[in-house]
Amino acid sequence: MKVIHYIQTILLSIYRLTQGMYITMLNMMRPKVTEQYPENRGKKEYGERFRGLLVMPHDAENHHTCTACGICALNCPNGTIRVISRKETDPVTGKEKKVLDKYMYDLGSCIFCGLCTGSCPQEAITWTNQFEHAVFTREKLEMQLNKEIKKQEVKKQE
Amino acid sequence: MLDFSNVTNWIDTTLHRYLSDGWALATEFVLIALMLLIAYAILALVLIYMERKVCAFFQCRIGPNRVGKWGLLQSVADMVKILLKELVHINRADHFLFRVASFVVIIGSICTFGALPFAKGLQAIDFNVGVFYLLAVSSVGVVGILLAGWSSNSKYTMIGAMRSGAQLISYEISAGLSVLAVVILAGTMQVSEIVALQTDRWFIFQGHIPACIAFLTYLIAGHAETNRGPFDLPEAESELTAGYHTEYSGIQFGFFYLAEYMNMFIIAAIGSTLFLGGWMPLHIPGWESFNHVMDLVPSFIWFFGKTFFCIFLALWVRWSFPRLRIDQLLSLEWKVLMPICLVNLVLMSLVVIF
Repeated sequence: MKVIHYIQTILLSIYRLTQGMYITMLNMMRPKVTEQYPENRGKKEYGERFRGLLVMPHDAENHHTCTACGICALNCPNGTIRVISRKETDPVTGKEKKVLDKYMYDLGSCIFCGLCTGSCPQEAITWTNQFEHAVFTREKLEMQLNKEIKKQEVKKQE
Repeated sequence: MLDFSNVTNWIDTTLHRYLSDGWALATEFVLIALMLLIAYAILALVLIYMERKVCAFFQCRIGPNRVGKWGLLQSVADMVKILLKELVHINRADHFLFRVASFVVIIGSICTFGALPFAKGLQAIDFNVGVFYLLAVSSVGVVGILLAGWSSNSKYTMIGAMRSGAQLISYEISAGLSVLAVVILAGTMQVSEIVALQTDRWFIFQGHIPACIAFLTYLIAGHAETNRGPFDLPEAESELTAGYHTEYSGIQFGFFYLAEYMNMFIIAAIGSTLFLGGWMPLHIPGWESFNHVMDLVPSFIWFFGKTFFCIFLALWVRWSFPRLRIDQLLSLEWKVLMPICLVNLVLMSLVVIF
């Protein structure tokens, strides 16, 4: 009986080993998952929720919806966002109102946690898929997200 | 078929025309050594490239593809890098043995490499005890491994070397016994005669079931002797960093690396010579036209095709199975492989007699 059991064990283990080798062979035939990065630049689709770079969307007339409330800056764990605002009197109501002057975003200290976009009541800031952030100096990482609209306004008034 | 003995005979006669006998022999020695060393280095580069590519394919990756077309020059670039690296001086190591060890390992594998029949008429030495010589010289490497582990004065290398010694000595038995089955079938130990006897059919077909069993056990034992795949206990990077060559750097590490890959090639080449006919094309008795078509393929292509097939089997196994424990490794040899080999030897003698 012992001999039969011994032979049975050997045959069974050979069968199981061939099963394992069959699976690895199937794995070898499968399409490769590696992304060829510089070649597939621009062709590759990323997930919608991929956090590449923080941006402030502007409409056709160059207006954004930011009210300079500063909640994003308060929520930011690293102090990455600085909201610089100024007081202006509203021409319609005549009351004093906060207006966004500069929305400064330091990419170098951002950890892409997404607390700023999640807490924004106006949905004024979102993430884009752009992920190629490499620059040569640290100063270039500090960027202003709101576009300067003064010049255009000046032009319109003219 | 392309016969390389014409070329070698022509070189021999021309050398004898211009030089005295002794000088002609010396020139031939140097030429053969040079050719073997070049082939050794080039084959190692090819094997490293193949290993990386096949490993990548098994893991659904692409593998090296930046240096040269399809990454073909990757292993050349790696070689240049390893040649430029610094040799780190180890404190409190036995420096003489430490340096000697890497040479012992590589000399063992080069000596085996020299006796392989690469193609028709392309064999450097043809002993009448060729198989015995191949087995004997290929086991010299374990001395180098033990020396490397001992002289490095480190616990990782010591454990790795001890494991390697135990592993090689035990698996040498079943490798030898399965080779012995072929020797019984062939009735000779001369490598050239063993190849010549496989003109009609390869030994794996001539020997029926015992030859197939011997081929399988030889592949397993040979794979274990190369310290690779599921049997890579001497290196075991998760436990021993790199086993016996932990303390080596630069070209000394390169020698171990080279010897490891070439041992894989040598094991596959011996396997293909003994079981799959070496450089002999696939002949089926009675199919004359088929045999003629097969004869048109050069013999070295047959040899390298079979060898690389065996290497692919080894790589396949390597990337399929997890590493064994040391007691599992030894019980596989002493409780399973060796009894099978001994029974197989009896079976093979019965096949030869009847």
